[in-house]
Amino acid sequence: MPRQPIVKSTTALALVMGLLSAAPALAQELTVVSFGGSYQEGQSKALFQPAAKALGIKIKEETYSSIADLRLKVKAGAVTWDVVASGSGSAARAGSEGILEKLDYKVIDTSSFLPGTAQDYCVGGDVFSTVLAWNTKTYGDKGPQSWADFWDVKKFPGKRSYRKGVAGALEPALMADGVPADKVYKVLSQPGGIERAIKKIRELKPHIAVWWSSGAQHAQLMKDGEVDMITGWNGRFDVAAKDGAKVAYTFNQGLADYDCFAIPKGAPNKDLAMKFLAEISKPQYQAEFTKYITYGPTNKKAYEGGAIDAAYAKTLPSHPDNAAKQLPIDLDWYIKFEAQASAAYQNMLTE
Amino acid sequence: MSAESVAAAAGPDGDFHKAALRRDQWRERLGLAGLAAPALLLVIVAMLIPMAWLFGLSFRDDAGALSLEHYRRMLAEPSYGRTFRTTFEISLATTIICILIGYPLAYFLSQLPRRAANLCMIAVLLPFWTSLLVRTYAWLVLLQRSGLVNTWGIKLGLWNEPLQLVHNAGGTLIGMVHIMLPFLVLPLYGTMRAIDGNLLRAASSLGSTPVHGFWTVFFPLSLPGLAAGASLVFVLCLGFYVTPAMLGGGKVTMVSNRIANDIELFFNWGAASALGVVLLAITLVVLVLAAKLSRGAGLFGSGH
Repeated sequence: MPRQPIVKSTTALALVMGLLSAAPALAQELTVVSFGGSYQEGQSKALFQPAAKALGIKIKEETYSSIADLRLKVKAGAVTWDVVASGSGSAARAGSEGILEKLDYKVIDTSSFLPGTAQDYCVGGDVFSTVLAWNTKTYGDKGPQSWADFWDVKKFPGKRSYRKGVAGALEPALMADGVPADKVYKVLSQPGGIERAIKKIRELKPHIAVWWSSGAQHAQLMKDGEVDMITGWNGRFDVAAKDGAKVAYTFNQGLADYDCFAIPKGAPNKDLAMKFLAEISKPQYQAEFTKYITYGPTNKKAYEGGAIDAAYAKTLPSHPDNAAKQLPIDLDWYIKFEAQASAAYQNMLTE
Repeated sequence: MSAESVAAAAGPDGDFHKAALRRDQWRERLGLAGLAAPALLLVIVAMLIPMAWLFGLSFRDDAGALSLEHYRRMLAEPSYGRTFRTTFEISLATTIICILIGYPLAYFLSQLPRRAANLCMIAVLLPFWTSLLVRTYAWLVLLQRSGLVNTWGIKLGLWNEPLQLVHNAGGTLIGMVHIMLPFLVLPLYGTMRAIDGNLLRAASSLGSTPVHGFWTVFFPLSLPGLAAGASLVFVLCLGFYVTPAMLGGGKVTMVSNRIANDIELFFNWGAASALGVVLLAITLVVLVLAAKLSRGAGLFGSGH
């Protein structure tokens, strides 16, 4: 009696081994890299796994911390990643640096994408916004509604928190200084424009209690009630509010930005990666992703057909009503001026 | 002629003994080197090679050509100089506060009976068993606007408005001193324990007051431990990242924070390496100067 199962299990084993060794020939594998945490979990469930199923491929997921990691891999000629998730600005700079493959928009259909969210080297995945948020315990329903209010310490006394990095820090200052939203980047590109914005921030400096440096941190500051007014990423405040934080925000004068997907230079499965990006850029995937975090789709069609609940859609940054109130981040400006602006910003910070 | 002939006269027999002795010596040295080899190898592979690599990177521009670009940027932008100043100021302040708190503590412990001292030592070491991140968060919870210290202070009527205790240099110092204190107390306590109590008794039998005996006998003998602890604290402070990042509120930019910032911004290991190289160089200079000074002070103070 005991003999038979052994024989059976060995044959089964042989069968499994045979299948395993045959598997790579049957299903190709893509390595996808993102930022981990609840963000990647949402991407995995809404985008990566369903798309893999649809294409009949396998997905291997990894996490990384910044484009600097990818740069090292490309420079060392040891690229093992096929698709990387990235912030739009980092991707634009990485693209201009030559460490990303040019995307083929004959394969990826972006005809219904929001303008500007499909760059040469990076296709948009979700839209988020840098918004003005406030402590509802301090200001009640009459919170600040514009960057001018953020700077108005007489009308809205209280502690502020502002970003420690220069990205998304100069635009609000100029708007508070009276520059209309559509002229912000024009002014910033002119000589003296960056200095004008920094001078305005210097004015507010005594009232800035904390210079935040990460999304987790600005959410925590509002949860603890450490400051009364803050800039930050809308999705984080929604999560904080769900956890009981007394925080509200407005999309008014917010800075619309987006996360995107790119293919590293020399990716092992470049063509397949392109097809994969085409798949996850379809509206049904993007609609599904909004269920995990309040970041909006870049594909406008995701709002059609009721895949996203109408009331919920109104809370997403790329909803037309909200998008109209915001200023889209100008990536070209960042490619040209970020290093210079950052140096000036650091000088102001350490004064 | 004479010396050579004498050596020759000693003959093959003398050479044989010498050679055997030399062989033995070599064998012993090799054996000892063998014992040190794993640690040496680790230092070379995990420390010297990467450091040499970073050093090389700091002298190359984006295209990989030799260049002083990263060092030039450090001179051109005032923020870099200020960052270095902050780093040394905070490190020095932390070291001084640690000495002011740690020296009396170590002295007190060294005068206790061994059992009691061991128990108290556990209290000193206890923070080591908790992660640095957790301890830093704990200070944030205690010191922030709605934190324990502020709520109790206001309830007790000590102050009316919440005090700004954290997200500034003061909060950073509190956190760093707390984390660094054991590094000062441990070597200091060891040195103090080893000081022979008879020396103090001899001092008083020769008519010295306790205070005078302490300053002329005990204190000079404890200096090596103090120097070891203080330099350990100072050097560890220079590379601190987490605590200033979390308790400094973005107002206390230490070199390590700047390195992280430069890697994110320029995607550039060269810019970051240059900062590391400069920090290392300044640190070495400071330590050499400190060693020279303390040697001078030791000669002057101890007089024996």
